[in-house]
Amino acid sequence: MRKNGLIDYTIICALVVLAFSYVIIGCSPKDGESVAASKVTAQVIKNKGSDTMVNLAQAWAERYTGITSSASVEVSGGGSGTGVAALINGTVDIANCSRQIKPEELEQATQNTGKAPQEFIVGYDALAVYVHHDTPIDKITIPQLAEIYGEDGNITKWSDLGIMHTDCPSDRIIRISRQSNSGTYFYFREALLGKTRDFELGSLDLHGSKDVVEVIGRTPCAIGYSGMGYATSHVKMLEVATVPGEPYYAPNLENVLAKTYPIARPLYMYSLGEPTGEVKAYLDWILSAEGQKIVEKLGFVPLASK
Amino acid sequence: MNILRKKSAANVPFSETVIETFIRLCGVSAIVFVFGIFFFVFREGAGFLFGGLDLGQFLTSPEWYPTSLSNKRYGTLALILGTFSVTALAMCIAVPFGLGAAIFVSEFCSPKLRETFKIIIELLAAIPSVVWGFIGLTLMNQLIIAVFNAPIGLTMLNGGIMLALMSVPIIVSIAEDALKAVPDSYREAAEALGATRWQVVYRVLLPAAKNGLLAAVLLGAARSIGETMAVLMATGHSVNIPSGPLSWIRTLTATIAAELGEVARGAEHYQVLFIIGILLFTITFVVNLIADLVIKGIRQDS
Repeated sequence: MRKNGLIDYTIICALVVLAFSYVIIGCSPKDGESVAASKVTAQVIKNKGSDTMVNLAQAWAERYTGITSSASVEVSGGGSGTGVAALINGTVDIANCSRQIKPEELEQATQNTGKAPQEFIVGYDALAVYVHHDTPIDKITIPQLAEIYGEDGNITKWSDLGIMHTDCPSDRIIRISRQSNSGTYFYFREALLGKTRDFELGSLDLHGSKDVVEVIGRTPCAIGYSGMGYATSHVKMLEVATVPGEPYYAPNLENVLAKTYPIARPLYMYSLGEPTGEVKAYLDWILSAEGQKIVEKLGFVPLASK
Repeated sequence: MNILRKKSAANVPFSETVIETFIRLCGVSAIVFVFGIFFFVFREGAGFLFGGLDLGQFLTSPEWYPTSLSNKRYGTLALILGTFSVTALAMCIAVPFGLGAAIFVSEFCSPKLRETFKIIIELLAAIPSVVWGFIGLTLMNQLIIAVFNAPIGLTMLNGGIMLALMSVPIIVSIAEDALKAVPDSYREAAEALGATRWQVVYRVLLPAAKNGLLAAVLLGAARSIGETMAVLMATGHSVNIPSGPLSWIRTLTATIAAELGEVARGAEHYQVLFIIGILLFTITFVVNLIADLVIKGIRQDS
């Protein structure tokens, strides 16, 4: 027994030493490389703003840095407001914004920097309302969703929506939501409830857009929201109307582009003045097929896809 | 003796001194790390803990609205109850299975079977928690829906089963060591008195090994309290006062894991998450302290 223990320790020690040496040897040349690369680079494109877009911006930046050597992109989040503020101060090249810039912000920026911010729509963020495939419902209105999700809402059962859900014996609506500081959560809450009302606690707060759809696909009683790119054959997306009596719109590309689907918003990037040089090249690349492919990959709606 | 030691100390080769210093540093490092981590967690949360946080609300309110635009509320009662209830449920499942398996492996099975068992149990311990979480999210979810006719399988029961499966290997291996440590003379004496195998276990081995068995159970419980990924995925992650094994809940650890990634550094919400970290530290500290006291008590009794 004793001997075995000793041998075990020797092996563990050897592994630890190996791991450390790997880290040291493996890392140092890489660090050297990146230092060298950034020294050669003529320009760093500074990109700041929306938290909803920060993953997308990061993905673009990573891919773009991989295919070009003349520029590198520095991405940070902080919120759309932070991005615009930085644009007004002239400290960033591109501001990410999940809302349109306000007229007074536009004016401030022009006054402060002498250049008018130029707007680029780089993709769309559309949230679909998902239910299980067998749920006998196809349409829902925003006020109904607000009563399902809102604090002290009065719709807690499927029968409150006027449907007989035979696959859900408890009749209770199981609300699927997202963790309370995801951009998706924020946007959905604001679209439904405005800025003054909160969601009712007790929803299942899942950790990713994909998980939401996965769980709904296995749960007949559930309702949830997620990017429309995540649909599977186990779930269906509801058509949504802004107010009762108005037409219902399905979450699809046409309705999002026509701005008739109510839970969708364009994603903006703003540059200071007409973009030139590396900034122009970067924005052009984002709007190109390759850049838009990344938009789709991250669950947003790309511009150019048909 | 003293003189001898001093003399030899003067003659110690340099390499000996280096190795001794190194080993001493390794020993001290554990203490340094624990205090370092505590200091860091405390520093990040201290600003809000002493300036602004309503500690009464923090500990007794079930309303967890850290990102509300109109009315932020930081109540962790539901999360604390979630952590304790899922751990308790996990222990209810894991302790009988773990101790039973340990008794079987140590007392009843043949040496060959024992080796196989130990390898398989160690394999069970090596499964990453995210894999357990995934099993909970998919397989166990379906199973609970089918067996209990529940609307959704992401429940306390699901998380409890996953945690139980994760802590059973720990309980088995430590409990088995504790049983093995009981001298064979005890067994021989009991059998010589005509005790059956079961009587030997029940009357002699369990009382003799109770310190080690208790340590096994407490380490299993500690694993459950600290576990994050599996409970994040399997329990439904829902702010709810638990009302039964089929209610969906959220734990303290899962809250930190889910929210820390997307919160602005230094913000109130960020600091509250670190205060939850301090709370977890305190819970672990109290559990360890109780374990120490209990074990000491047992020692004094016997």
